Amino acid sequence: MTPPPDATDDVPHLQAEGVERRFGAARVLRGINLTARAGELHVIAGPNGAGKTTFLRILAGLSRPSAGRVRVFGHSLRDRPDLRRELGLLSHQSFLYDDLTPRENLVFAGRLYGLAAVEQAAEAALEAVGLSHRMHDPVRRLSRGMVQRVAIARALLHRPRIMLFDEPFTGLDAPSALRVLEVLRTQLAAGAALVLVTHNLAEVWSIATRISVLVRGTWAIDEERPADREAFMDRLHGALGD
Amino acid sequence: MTETLRLALELAAKDLRVELRSRTALVSAVVFAALVLVIFNFARDPASVSARTLAPSVLWVTFTFAAMLTFNRAFALEKENQAIDGLLLSPMPRGALFLGKYFANLGFVATVQAVTLPLFVLFFNVGLGRALPGILLVIVLATAGFVAVGTVFSAMAVRTRFADLMLPILLLPFLVPPIIGAVQVTTRLLAGRPLSEQISWLRFLGVYDIVFLTLCAMLFPAIFDE
Repeated sequence: MTPPPDATDDVPHLQAEGVERRFGAARVLRGINLTARAGELHVIAGPNGAGKTTFLRILAGLSRPSAGRVRVFGHSLRDRPDLRRELGLLSHQSFLYDDLTPRENLVFAGRLYGLAAVEQAAEAALEAVGLSHRMHDPVRRLSRGMVQRVAIARALLHRPRIMLFDEPFTGLDAPSALRVLEVLRTQLAAGAALVLVTHNLAEVWSIATRISVLVRGTWAIDEERPADREAFMDRLHGALGD
Repeated sequence: MTETLRLALELAAKDLRVELRSRTALVSAVVFAALVLVIFNFARDPASVSARTLAPSVLWVTFTFAAMLTFNRAFALEKENQAIDGLLLSPMPRGALFLGKYFANLGFVATVQAVTLPLFVLFFNVGLGRALPGILLVIVLATAGFVAVGTVFSAMAVRTRFADLMLPILLLPFLVPPIIGAVQVTTRLLAGRPLSEQISWLRFLGVYDIVFLTLCAMLFPAIFDE
């Protein structure tokens, strides 16, 4: 296996071309394209049921598109399953085991990725999301917001260069949201590419590079982040039919 | 192969750790096994059916259904918080996922069997004596195969709406051959016949293990290929 190309190469970190997804007769995604390069934050917004989560699962390789293709550093995950280590996914679900502690969950995840010094890496990741003091409590005893922070730590533990985040700020209080935003900013500065689904554009407006709005399985808006946020929000409401 | 084995053992160790914390499957399976043995013991008319006649069938029915409780747990655990996606997203080969779950299920079933066997001796007043090594051998051979099949079908069943109901329906037809073989050998060993006379059944169980372990390892990745 050849290693993935460096971030300086012209190959995008992540590329989706003509992605379609059908469930029976329903076409949930209709020919979606997306390119994410180093340091880019691609924000995806859209109403409930637009296909955002389905698209994210396809990008992560957890679901197969009915048509189109997804490339990670220029390769299909089917051909290069080792490239899965370049992906970090934060979903609506935490991927955590409730009977294990946050530290145990992260150590287990780290071992799946073959991390060296996995205990220290797990503790550092928990410290980054401000949960060092609860690392030995079972996950089932944590609040919703804390679980979300552990899930974020898990997604970032193996230092993925492509991050797929679905509503990362859900359940977080303001200080925690700011802390997570800072973590994301650091990852982007380090050369990661981030695709982030949110209903609240204001939260990530400052670090977004591209904004796409998915409506009924197709991009209603797909452009570089404009300078004028108010004008964009007016267009967004128009696209959503508010 | 070394990496696959390492990952499989990590996964199995995680499953055992979670089970030790929650004690959901093991306690249920052990209690279930004890109850089945008690019911069969007291439901039997000693005048018409001797313990020795009934014992081998009861032992294997108990093992089979108790094992099914642990199989149900194997992937239900991964559905909690959709942890299975975390596994599938990792670079862990699907083969390691199968092996890890297989090892964990073997551990659970072996534990249930280790508790059930003494209870069986106690309730049915069956002296294992010289038959014990042979009985242990047949338990190992039969369990190795049916746990492989159980691991695959539990992965399939958990993706359906009625996993608890689906698993026995899918699994039991595939368990009939090893259970028949195991009951036949157990019956003869308890009757005092030597193990050397059971070679054909032991060979049958060995072939079942090889065929189904290979098939299961090959088919397992397709279950998660959405």
